Amino acid sequence: MSKTFDTSTPSPASTLDAKIHYLFQLADNALIMGQRLCEWTGVAPELEIDLALCNIALDHLGQANAWYEYLVEIYPHPTDVDQLAFCRDEHQYYNITLTELPNGDFAQTIAKMALFSIFNYYLHDALRKCPDARIAAIAARSYKEIQYHRRYTSNWILRLGDGTDTSHERMQRALDIVWDHAFEAFAPSPADRIMHQHGIAPDLEQIKSLWEHEVHQLLHKATLSIPETGFTGYRAKSDGIHTEHMGYLLAEMQYMQRRYPNLQW
Amino acid sequence: MDQTTSIDLEKRFEGKIAQELKIEPKDWMPEEYRRMLIRQISQHAHSEVIGMLPEKNWLTRAPTLRRKMALLAKIQDEAGHGLYLYSAAETLGVSREQLYRDFLDGKAKYSNIFNYPALTWADIGVIGWLVDGAAIINQVSLQRTSYGPYARAMVRICKEENFHQRQGYSICLTLARGSKEQRQMLQDAINRWWWPALMMFGPPDAESKHSQKSMKWKIKRASNDTLRQKFIDQTVPQLEYLGMKAPDPHLKWNPERGHYDYGPIDWEEFWNVIRGKGPCNKERLRTKRVAYEKGQWVRDAAIAYAKKYN
Repeated sequence: MSKTFDTSTPSPASTLDAKIHYLFQLADNALIMGQRLCEWTGVAPELEIDLALCNIALDHLGQANAWYEYLVEIYPHPTDVDQLAFCRDEHQYYNITLTELPNGDFAQTIAKMALFSIFNYYLHDALRKCPDARIAAIAARSYKEIQYHRRYTSNWILRLGDGTDTSHERMQRALDIVWDHAFEAFAPSPADRIMHQHGIAPDLEQIKSLWEHEVHQLLHKATLSIPETGFTGYRAKSDGIHTEHMGYLLAEMQYMQRRYPNLQW
Repeated sequence: MDQTTSIDLEKRFEGKIAQELKIEPKDWMPEEYRRMLIRQISQHAHSEVIGMLPEKNWLTRAPTLRRKMALLAKIQDEAGHGLYLYSAAETLGVSREQLYRDFLDGKAKYSNIFNYPALTWADIGVIGWLVDGAAIINQVSLQRTSYGPYARAMVRICKEENFHQRQGYSICLTLARGSKEQRQMLQDAINRWWWPALMMFGPPDAESKHSQKSMKWKIKRASNDTLRQKFIDQTVPQLEYLGMKAPDPHLKWNPERGHYDYGPIDWEEFWNVIRGKGPCNKERLRTKRVAYEKGQWVRDAAIAYAKKYN
């Protein structure tokens, strides 16, 4: 992007800055989840799973598109959805690191999707009732899709956790791998705080307790243990500092726009 | 079954075919009819499933969010088509599991076209336009096929394929109106896909070993050459509208025939690809095989869980 809007300062200068940053958090989470899920296409464990993962990926890309469209409207200078989605540098993406983690095996993908979609479910449940009509409308539409993502992935946690010894072991290992990254969702970014003060974003502490309650119950039912929490300092959604995986994801996703800038496709 | 009954059944079957009535799963049918259908429907299903791979190659690199979503929706439809078609084949008394294993073992065929690589973004446009375009011509004709479940699957599939072809042509149109580099990218893709797309209709009528019986039983409703000609006649004006050229110096309108004439097709290439010697045969099958093997523990877990709780 030739001109960028500074949304990465620890204290956004204005409410608009905060709102833009906040919308990027929502949009980028959806985009990066969708992008990763696209990698499963054609190679899922069975055709029905292929179909479901395509469907969920498409939901995420649609949600990202809706958030970017709103961003385009309120952005301080002219831009478009694809400039926002494809033409930023790595440190200008504000997704949580959980979403950018590699898919790993099917268990790891499910672990990542389940932990994310349970968070996303409570987040969107709050946002669909918020006073910003536009945010509420997009969240309400997304909420219906996210209900399905939460149900689909929770069912797989149960099947894999309580299926065979192998699947149990793989599911447990997968949870251990992605676990720490989930906590980034609950560490408020400056934009989260400001939007919360304006009554738009929910209190993340509350979302965290709902999430913990549901995840603990789910894992218990699936005969899985709650992983030990390690590093919880990931803050990509605040400062754009990502994991080592993000650069590769963007190199692939941005290839066409980088190689052939300013063209219509 | 005594001789008379068998003859009666066959007569009744032939009568239904003659009257354009559909044969349904519980109806008596000659074993050869059943075998031919299983072969054709399962090949069609495998083609849908393997056809996801060349497109997937550009899904993660699609240039815009709108294009990425449209491509993903198309691929999702293809997975769905695979499912309907496997179900249609299952009505003939084979299991999807068996059909899929035959496919992974290389015993069953799928459309040759998916053994060619998708090298640039323009290939995604050209696949949608030419490959789906050719598939539609074939499938529209199969909506009148004599086997009920297959005919009904085709009606549903054709609706979605039309959307696929439009999205492909829309990509081509954007490239054709774009920069010099984009136009070149499009022309290169057309050059690479043109002949394989024409080969999608199968060998010339004279050499098509399954055609005669298949036409007699109305499994197939039009000959390979007829459908190929129809495709060419329909596609050339679209090609001209793009301002692009086909890699065929003999392609020319013939006012006497009321059709386009076209140059000789390299059938040796076609037979080579059928025999597994195309640029991507090994890779495509290996990808599906590895995915299937890697997914075994997931399927096992689902079965074990279902047994525990159902």
